Amino acid sequence: MQSKDAVIVGQGPAGVSAALYLQRAGLQTVLVGGGPGGLAKAECIDNYYGLPAISGADLHAAGVAQAQALGAQLADDQVVGVEYDGAAFTLVGSKDRYTGRAILFATGAARVTPPIPGLKDLEGQGVSYCAVCDGFFYRGKEVAVLGNGDYALHEAGELLPLAARVTLLTDGKPAPEDLPDNLFVDTRPIDHLEGSPLQAVHFKEGETLPVSGLFVALGVASAADLAKKIGIFTEGQYIKVNEKMETNFPGIYAAGDCVGGLLQVAKAVGEGAIAGTAMVQYLRKK
Amino acid sequence: MVKELNNNNFESEVLKSQGKVLVDFSATWCGPCKMLAPIVDAYAEAHAGELMVGKVDIDESMALAQTYQVMSVPTLILFENGAPVRQSIGLIPAEALEQFVNG
Repeated sequence: MQSKDAVIVGQGPAGVSAALYLQRAGLQTVLVGGGPGGLAKAECIDNYYGLPAISGADLHAAGVAQAQALGAQLADDQVVGVEYDGAAFTLVGSKDRYTGRAILFATGAARVTPPIPGLKDLEGQGVSYCAVCDGFFYRGKEVAVLGNGDYALHEAGELLPLAARVTLLTDGKPAPEDLPDNLFVDTRPIDHLEGSPLQAVHFKEGETLPVSGLFVALGVASAADLAKKIGIFTEGQYIKVNEKMETNFPGIYAAGDCVGGLLQVAKAVGEGAIAGTAMVQYLRKK
Repeated sequence: MVKELNNNNFESEVLKSQGKVLVDFSATWCGPCKMLAPIVDAYAEAHAGELMVGKVDIDESMALAQTYQVMSVPTLILFENGAPVRQSIGLIPAEALEQFVNG
């Protein structure tokens, strides 16, 4: 368990920029994530103020070093859940837990949900994006989790004590290692979903798996996935914020590509600065 | 004022009501429900006298949740003359709640 003033989810330009403001104000931060994200893919950035033709990797390394020199901690971990006890937030990672009085979502752009026929229409009718919220309705029933990473295993772990049977559906991707004994795995590619409410998953090769619940947990949990669990307004895959980068939940902020708009480093850094400044004010008032 | 609804009073308060009744199916352990509650409260206050607004705790009234196929919380269901006419799943802002009720 790590306890800081502020926990930042993401290690890209928005998160690092916010950390600079927080650390300089004497507030301790930890940035939880798996590296530079989308920035690493930029071979040459030629539109960032004052640094012509810099690579994304170099810009990231310089930013991180600057934040670390001010005392910011980096944690190489994947956030799979978020909890609030009325006073502090806890971000649940696959390796450790991180608590703070304020949090910033700066996770970058979200992936797109796969075009499985029926997935969108059955939301709330068997398809769920939150095991901790909706697992209750599937007590004693057969359910599946769509995904094959740490996030999917975390969601499956929430369902195992409740459901009669939990199957991890990887949709053609390889099965993860170190699975719990009572978790079933099916790697077959999915064709479509049947029933309304959901009754079965139909595989491309023709067979079906009867389930009453399908929990979507693909890849790494996006900021919107985490936000929805705690009650933050989202619009599609983007988190809704005001001009101070505040969400509707006091103490929770979001910045960078995960709030949408111009997907550029300069905008992410600017929003990180606004969020960091607002978080300093919020933490000092508390 | 949001009325507490349960297995005992649902029939008299909702099913035998004329006009619109907005019902919020929620749970005490659900984060998004806690964020929706003040929005529903404010809506009920602003529209007092126009329609009844009620709340079902799904842990206490599981049978009601099953009857209306509630499989996610929060779920809002709008009843008109005792029959469910549409539902909305998840946290929604105040403007969306207005639209949901007005149709």
